[in-house]
Amino acid sequence: MNSKNKETNIIRVLLVDDEQGYLNVLSNRMARRSIQATKAFSGTEAIQILRKNDFDVVVLDLKMEDMDGIEVLKVIKRMVPELPVIILTGHGSQTAAEEGISFGAFDYLSKPCELSELLEKIREAYQHQPNSDS
Amino acid sequence: MKQSVTERTAFYQILTRKITVLILMVSFFPMILTTGILFYRFNGAYKEKINAHISELVQKHTQNIDSFLSEKLGNIRYLARLFDNNQQTPRIFLQQQMTLLRNQYGDVFTDLGLVDSNGIQFAYEGPFKLENADYSNAKWFIAAKEKAFYISDVFAGLRGHPHFIVTVKVSFNGSNSLLRSTINFGAFNSLVENIQIGRTGIAFIINTKGELQTKMDVRLKDSAIMSILDPDGHKKNETIFSEKQDASGKRYLCVTSMLNNIDWIMVFRQDIGDAFRELRKTQILALVLFLLGCGAIISVAFTLPRNIVKLIASADKKSEVMNRQVIESGKLATIGELAAGIAHEINNPVAIMVEEAGWIEDLLEEEELKNTKNFEEFKRALVQINTQGKRCKEITHKLLSFARKTDSTINDVQINDAVREIVSLTAQMARYNNVIIETELHEGIPFIRISPSELQQVILNLINNAIDAMHKGGGTIKIETKISKLEKNHVVIAVEDNGPGIPKDNLERIFDPFFTTKPVGKGTGLGLSICYGIVQKMGGKIDVYSEVGMGTRFRIWIPFQEPLSEKPLNEINVAEPVSATLADK
Repeated sequence: MNSKNKETNIIRVLLVDDEQGYLNVLSNRMARRSIQATKAFSGTEAIQILRKNDFDVVVLDLKMEDMDGIEVLKVIKRMVPELPVIILTGHGSQTAAEEGISFGAFDYLSKPCELSELLEKIREAYQHQPNSDS
Repeated sequence: MKQSVTERTAFYQILTRKITVLILMVSFFPMILTTGILFYRFNGAYKEKINAHISELVQKHTQNIDSFLSEKLGNIRYLARLFDNNQQTPRIFLQQQMTLLRNQYGDVFTDLGLVDSNGIQFAYEGPFKLENADYSNAKWFIAAKEKAFYISDVFAGLRGHPHFIVTVKVSFNGSNSLLRSTINFGAFNSLVENIQIGRTGIAFIINTKGELQTKMDVRLKDSAIMSILDPDGHKKNETIFSEKQDASGKRYLCVTSMLNNIDWIMVFRQDIGDAFRELRKTQILALVLFLLGCGAIISVAFTLPRNIVKLIASADKKSEVMNRQVIESGKLATIGELAAGIAHEINNPVAIMVEEAGWIEDLLEEEELKNTKNFEEFKRALVQINTQGKRCKEITHKLLSFARKTDSTINDVQINDAVREIVSLTAQMARYNNVIIETELHEGIPFIRISPSELQQVILNLINNAIDAMHKGGGTIKIETKISKLEKNHVVIAVEDNGPGIPKDNLERIFDPFFTTKPVGKGTGLGLSICYGIVQKMGGKIDVYSEVGMGTRFRIWIPFQEPLSEKPLNEINVAEPVSATLADK
């Protein structure tokens, strides 16, 4: 299900955030940097997309209207345990981020962050995938 | 604030008054009642006892005198009977009988005589030459001549000596005569004189006309004797008690009892004061004890409530300080939550702004845009947006960091970091007030297990106070941290300003709750008191040094655990710069 898109070497990222403006501009910028970004504007939408498509990395916001980011993280980890999830939150609360890591998140970043920093984290996660060498 | 202080003072005053009144009522009511009842009962019982005693004495003496008179009368009557059967001359008869009487009764009978119906004493035996004395005009003779027997009043008689006479009717040579005997007044008088009670208690006998029948006592006055007589007359076998007043206004007790054999009245008289002397003494003693008791109650009633209310007031103050502390920390926690919310709300739009700027930057990389006239200006503007975005992030992250620390959870705290954080939070306010905050944070200070938010609260308070003290004039606040040389295993944080300083009078009260020099509404007077409490709770101490016109320095000592062996103390000391400006004495 989560087979890596090695041939094209394009990283497939699922961006989950209820801030549409943010996801739009972020996906545009990623597209210019050979990253295939898919946008999900809510937790439920993200889960639906994940059921149909394969991704290399998920970038997840913690505070969303319909579903809490931690809950989404738990579902993702049940569906695709090896899929790395990076938490990107504007809440800035260290405890929430630490909670995310305890539920299996790869790492966390706080908004606003440099795009380069985010891309670095995505690549790092992509490299660390258990089946990255297979 | 002032109003509430006045209200509280009024409340405590009312409370003091209420307790005082309560103590006075609860103590005085039973005391007065008990003392009053006991006093009344005791007085009554004591007077009854005194009266009974006097009455008994008077009655006993009355009986004694009665029996004395009866006996003497009986003697003479017996002589009269002997005389009726007498064969001897009257003179010899009287001589013989007189000798017998003298032998029997001593000098009670002064003389014996026989008086004929004309009042001429035709026979006499006694120490005086009274043979043929004429008694026809003597009162006693007139009163006695018709009676079978008679006892006269006391009178001076022919010789001018007080005496009284007992007569019994006899028949001599066919005509009525009187056998008379003079009774020794002294012997009779001694019977009455035996009654002596106290200093003023005296007894005497008067007849129904108020004439004294015993010796005149120097303490007696005629007017006093007359006033004793009961206008309704006296009855036999009756003892009458009365309280009277003499001409000089002196009150006295008077007991009268009438003799059976003769219309004489036995009188006992004593000054009230003398009669009830012991009672009066007891009354005075009781009164003194009562007054002492009253004094004790009054002093307790006025001192105890004050002390109680003082304790209550201090307990109230303590609880109020604690309440304030809770409110203050609650306020900070609320501010923290609010800050966290705001930070989150701001971070999202800022993130979009920064990303949109980045998107424009990406687009500017395209060839056709690179050659536009304002390309460099676009670039500069985008860099500026990015920079300001980062600044926003810094601010929100500081707010969030503050929010995290508004609890009293104990953590390992690096003092220098905490100070830096507070300084950056207060930097803006300091700038507005022309105050420069300098720091001298020495390295090598170990972690301290305290509540970071409480430490920040203390330092924040000291900085705010310093800024307030310098008003708009501006100045410098210097914050120094180092390991104390004086107190082992203590960190010292010194906050020093070059403001106007604190006058000595205020300095002593500076940590007192509610003490403030700020205008009404500007300060609660609790800041330093709370700081003091927090530092105490940390196991540390806080002190203040100030000179008017020079500035003020607060120092806080906080203990830390012994550093591990790999970080010896001397290493820490070496790390301290030599140019320490705040001496830690």
